[in-house]
Amino acid sequence: MGDRVVVTGLGVCAPNGIGLTAFEKSLNQGISGIRFIKKLKELNFSCQIAGSPNIEKVDLNQYFTNIQLKGLRSSGLIYGVIAGLDAWKDAQLHRSFEEPDWKSGIVFGTGILGVDKFREAIYKVDDGNVRRLGSTAVIQTMASGISAYLGGILGAGNQVTTNSSACSTGTEAVLMGYERIASGGAAKMLVGSCSDSGPYVWGGFDAMRILPTKFNNNPEEASRPMSASASGFVPGSGAGALVLESLDSALERKAPIYAEVLGGAVNSGGQRQGGSMTAANPEAVQRCITNALKNATVAPDQLDAINGHLTATMKDPDEILNWSKALDRSSIDFPFINSFKGHFGHCLAASGSIECVGTVLQLKKDILFGTINCEDVHPRILDLVDPSRIVNETMGFRAETIAKASFGFGDVNCCVIFKRF
Amino acid sequence: MENFEQLKGIVSQYLPDDVDASQIKMDSDFIQELNINSANLVDIVLDVEDAFDIRLENEDMDGMQTVTDALRIIDIKIAEK
Repeated sequence: MGDRVVVTGLGVCAPNGIGLTAFEKSLNQGISGIRFIKKLKELNFSCQIAGSPNIEKVDLNQYFTNIQLKGLRSSGLIYGVIAGLDAWKDAQLHRSFEEPDWKSGIVFGTGILGVDKFREAIYKVDDGNVRRLGSTAVIQTMASGISAYLGGILGAGNQVTTNSSACSTGTEAVLMGYERIASGGAAKMLVGSCSDSGPYVWGGFDAMRILPTKFNNNPEEASRPMSASASGFVPGSGAGALVLESLDSALERKAPIYAEVLGGAVNSGGQRQGGSMTAANPEAVQRCITNALKNATVAPDQLDAINGHLTATMKDPDEILNWSKALDRSSIDFPFINSFKGHFGHCLAASGSIECVGTVLQLKKDILFGTINCEDVHPRILDLVDPSRIVNETMGFRAETIAKASFGFGDVNCCVIFKRF
Repeated sequence: MENFEQLKGIVSQYLPDDVDASQIKMDSDFIQELNINSANLVDIVLDVEDAFDIRLENEDMDGMQTVTDALRIIDIKIAEK
């Protein structure tokens, strides 16, 4: 058994709120962050709605130098730096100005970064004008740009890297940071993930016909996790960040502690046994959940609540079936389950970290946030789970343990177990 | 002098936050004295091209270590137009 790991800081830049106060209020009160996006209509998207953080009122000078702000076009990078620096500050930590902080590292994932910057560069290159790209075309578009920016601003001297595993990226980053601290490799890890906004990121999903198309006039009703009328995930963007820290380090500096990370698991279904590039191998999902609980030494019947991946597609009942089988629990015995994607859609690579922030808030605040738009629970889910276990209205509840899982394209899975501290 | 003021306006945007624009003098070395990141010299060159409507080649950039160097190259390029 390695060092115990706790969460000492949170930061979030989400479609439904920037900063913990706005984010928590939205989750608590069911305020949607999903909006009609005029640009998507102009570009003939079938799905013309999305969730993206409204950064217009954010003073970016609090996060970036003037030089960094010049020509900054990478939206994911902006969200990630906001969430990351907010989490660091929330943990009452400071930037290292002289020597790097050798014991602090970063795992900050993304799917694709700086798409708008890359588009700008492509136009110049195609015009034979590569000499006019400027100095930041690389750092704004390399996947590890986000961990590199954060590492430089904070002066992190431990591992600084970016992971990428589609929609499980954010949850995987939490697990990677946990493992590094638990194995004694670092004292603090800033973990999280970010995802760009915009048509070039979301277009591919629109082309796959997996986004809802009937809600362009009522966007707030579009994302319907666990619902019988779910018709696809609403694309989103943003960033979430957590400061993970060894318990010893947190106690020594008397840091506020939100929750403990007990462990987790990551695996892949190998795109076999019903799994594919886009669909999950059910056995792999169940193994991932089972292994996460084992790793955390939590018995399946001790799990109080689940924050699912639950993207609001017709696959949601399959996910519930996997939880039910993995835990061997059903009907009234099933843990409480919710999804935050009703509030802000599916933030892709950022989804896992944003939802981990919400999950940790639930433990800290003795609350379970209600899932938006699932008043008509899918009948296949009701065959497995008693309606009282589906959290569709925010309720006070003192959970001891909550599981957070994310599943991604490529048939990859990740599950992390959080515990009250 | 007019060119100096215009160049100063460009260079000042790439100064680290702890260097003030008043420190930009004729003999200032961009990297050694003004502490400008070498990567940002590329951006300064592009801004100079736009501001003076000239084109600077890679070798011009190599010889541009101080404010005086830059002004001399700008004068030559304007004269060649």
